[in-house]
Amino acid sequence: MQKLVKSFFIVPALWTILWIASFSAVQAQDGFSQKVDAMVGANFTELTVQIDALATSGNARALPILEALSIGRLYYRKTDKKVVIAEKVKRKYRLLDPISGDVLAEGVSKRKLKKIRVNNKLRRALRATMGAMTLLSSDPETRLKAAQSVFKSGDAAALPTLEAAIVKETDPDIRTVLRQAHAVAILNSTRSDDDKRAAFAILEERGDRDALSVVTAAARTATGDLKLLADETVTTIEETLELWNAAQNIWYGLSLGSVLLLAAIGLAITFGVMGVINMAHGEMVMLGAYTTFMVQDVIRNHAPELFDASLAIALPLAFLVAGGVGVAIERGVIRFLYGRPLETLLATWGLSLVLQQTVRSIFGPTNREVGTPEFMSGAFQLGQLTITYNRLWILAFALVVMVALMLLLKYTPMGLQMRAVTQNRKMAGAMGIRTNWVDAATFGLGSGIAGIAGVALSQIDNVSPNLGQTYIIDSFMVVVFGGVGNLWGTLVGAMTLGIANKFLEPFAGAVLAKVFVLIFIILFIQKRPRGLFALKGRAVES
Amino acid sequence: MIGRLIRGGFDRTSWIFLTVLFGVTLGVAILNLGPEPGSTMHLSTFVVSVLGKYLTYALLAISVDLVWGYCGVLSLGHGAFFALGGYAMGMHLMREIGPRGVYGNPILPDFMVFLDWQELPWFWLGFDMFWFAALMVIVVPGVLAFIFGWFAFRSRVTGVYLSIITQALTYALMLAFFRNDMGFGGNNGLTDFKDILGFSLQSDATRVGLLIASAVALAIGFMISKAVTASKLGKVLIAVRDAEHRTRFLGYRAENYKLMIWTLSACIAGVAGALYVPQVGIINPSEFAPANSIEIVIWVAIGGRGTLAGAALGAVLVNFGKTIFTGLFPEFWLFMLGGMFVLVTLFLPKGIIGFFVNLKEKWRASRPPQSMPQEGD
Repeated sequence: MQKLVKSFFIVPALWTILWIASFSAVQAQDGFSQKVDAMVGANFTELTVQIDALATSGNARALPILEALSIGRLYYRKTDKKVVIAEKVKRKYRLLDPISGDVLAEGVSKRKLKKIRVNNKLRRALRATMGAMTLLSSDPETRLKAAQSVFKSGDAAALPTLEAAIVKETDPDIRTVLRQAHAVAILNSTRSDDDKRAAFAILEERGDRDALSVVTAAARTATGDLKLLADETVTTIEETLELWNAAQNIWYGLSLGSVLLLAAIGLAITFGVMGVINMAHGEMVMLGAYTTFMVQDVIRNHAPELFDASLAIALPLAFLVAGGVGVAIERGVIRFLYGRPLETLLATWGLSLVLQQTVRSIFGPTNREVGTPEFMSGAFQLGQLTITYNRLWILAFALVVMVALMLLLKYTPMGLQMRAVTQNRKMAGAMGIRTNWVDAATFGLGSGIAGIAGVALSQIDNVSPNLGQTYIIDSFMVVVFGGVGNLWGTLVGAMTLGIANKFLEPFAGAVLAKVFVLIFIILFIQKRPRGLFALKGRAVES
Repeated sequence: MIGRLIRGGFDRTSWIFLTVLFGVTLGVAILNLGPEPGSTMHLSTFVVSVLGKYLTYALLAISVDLVWGYCGVLSLGHGAFFALGGYAMGMHLMREIGPRGVYGNPILPDFMVFLDWQELPWFWLGFDMFWFAALMVIVVPGVLAFIFGWFAFRSRVTGVYLSIITQALTYALMLAFFRNDMGFGGNNGLTDFKDILGFSLQSDATRVGLLIASAVALAIGFMISKAVTASKLGKVLIAVRDAEHRTRFLGYRAENYKLMIWTLSACIAGVAGALYVPQVGIINPSEFAPANSIEIVIWVAIGGRGTLAGAALGAVLVNFGKTIFTGLFPEFWLFMLGGMFVLVTLFLPKGIIGFFVNLKEKWRASRPPQSMPQEGD
């Protein structure tokens, strides 16, 4: 009953705000300061009237004054009975003029001030009044914020204001939030069961964690039919949440999978074509990341306006740097070790140590800062998912690299030769393919791709000399799991491992999830020693 | 079998190896305990414990050589067996501390008190007895290796695939042991040991005792490995290494031979780890790091793959170099280690021992033909 009474004075108050707002400010100013000063010494009932008067004054300062009042910061000076807003600074108070907002005095002791006190009833009224003032603000962002805060507080006293605001609202997004806030307020009010049924429907539509807690609370107090409906709504929302949760895991999994794909794809072709494990593959990724750092460094110093293009510039450079190092490694070391894959593994491990130490000596052991271009920062909301742009770009980039590589393998002479060598090295040689040139080109290509993977990974990981090592085991797992010599295998392997990891994490924790995935792969290899998509034919028995 | 070996199976290299091993060990022991500290003849205890550490590494290298040099299985995860043996010993040493820990709890190790655990987890039971811990040092790595090998060799996972999953094994164990919930001290591992079998770990005599124990363990490990590789079984292993399919077609169950040598090797690695821990005074999950396991392989490659004495020699040489260089030029150690990997695989495929054997053969070949030795074995 109390709430109803209060809403009776708020509704006319609102319309008065709108009406008075059209009057000239100068005229209002004198009256306004009078109204403010009238709060001194008022009892609670009088104060209610004054608050109403302030709210209806249409003055822009009314809101901060009411806010100060509601959080107990509105005082008056004992000497001249002037109302002030006081801020505590080091045990003393800084006084602000409530009307102009200017600083009146600093370091005033508490003894010289007296607080304008409010009780809980008044505080509720204040909140409703303030909510009403902001819900009808002309700035859409303020309105949205107000609607969201009303949703959170769920104050039934705000109902009339909400209804007024919903009628007036033109922005569909804000109106949705207003309706949802309205629904919450209805559940907290004494309105009819029919209204509450409609409110449940609206909240069910929203279907997020906030809605769930509101409905769960409502279900606890509801009785009879309404209780059944409330419980039903709770289950529906829980199911929706479950779905979104799964969707979120899948998204995180895809994102992790795309990172794994980028790191592993170069490894997959060198391993596939040459049967050689390149333990220095991770260091190629690292070189790509450091190339990005260098490019951004030059751009920052000489052409800062190009910063958004820095990644695009870094891509071909990283490909060349890492690819060049790759060809040098192949020509300098690996070609002497053909037919001895285990020795190749050791030699490339040695090279990886040398490369790491080289980078550490040049750039230092600490992380290097790589900036994010404008178009890759930020995030957007998809339903209840928050999707960051950099993750989205990396997923897209990984797929583009993958498709480009597939086209290269399928439709170019070089790809044809690479596939021939993968399937049967001796026969390919007999048909006139220069297999050692193919090897060098493959190794360069694989390393180059690792380099451009480094450009992408520099956006989400620390650029340090150890960057490569964190990816090397994971990329092996992807290649071994997916099967050698088949890019589809690498794609499926990366995405499966990424998603599996993210689905295990909530149950087992991040570390144990990874352990489980590793154990799973170890067991999987027993069952299918050549991976998911094994090459068939004679190449298998090598 | 051992008797026959000592009569005829040991070649000259083995005798040289054992003589040098015990000569150096006893020499160091006497020079440490005999002369008064401060005299010019005195060797510091630091040398004793460093040498002891090297000897455990040498034993570890022999275990890797056994599977890689003689059976062609390149394990990139032997550090896991080494560390498991080390953890088993570390658990015993933790229980030995008793009420002398920081929190003074007679049963629970300090880190468990710190984590507010109320009682000892079941897998810590029994480790207060030395014989049980000593058994576990062999059993735990052995069982893990047996299970892993049973699956892997049966499904004929070979070559680089096997290497990668051994690496995955040790990586998974490392991640697991980093967790506090595992009950092995998490990140910090097990440390602050006080004594072993009642002897204080701080005293010189105990250190020398551990050094001698390491030397004896190395000698026994060497002799067992020698016995295995010189036997008929060893011949089959080498056949599996060189042509697995042909061996299989001749009727040998290649996977059983591999499994046997793999498990034996893991047990030896476990013993090495158990001797390592009291000498360095700590065991933590970084021992499981894949990089450590790959480093073991390079010791073997430098010394000479397929020669047991070479593996031991390589381990001591590389670690000696590491001690020197990480002290003098820490920046260059990784260049050196990396360079060794590349140069040894390119130019010394048979390691240092193989290099000298080659030289000797060339020298023999250049001499007049009447003194050519008979083509044997």
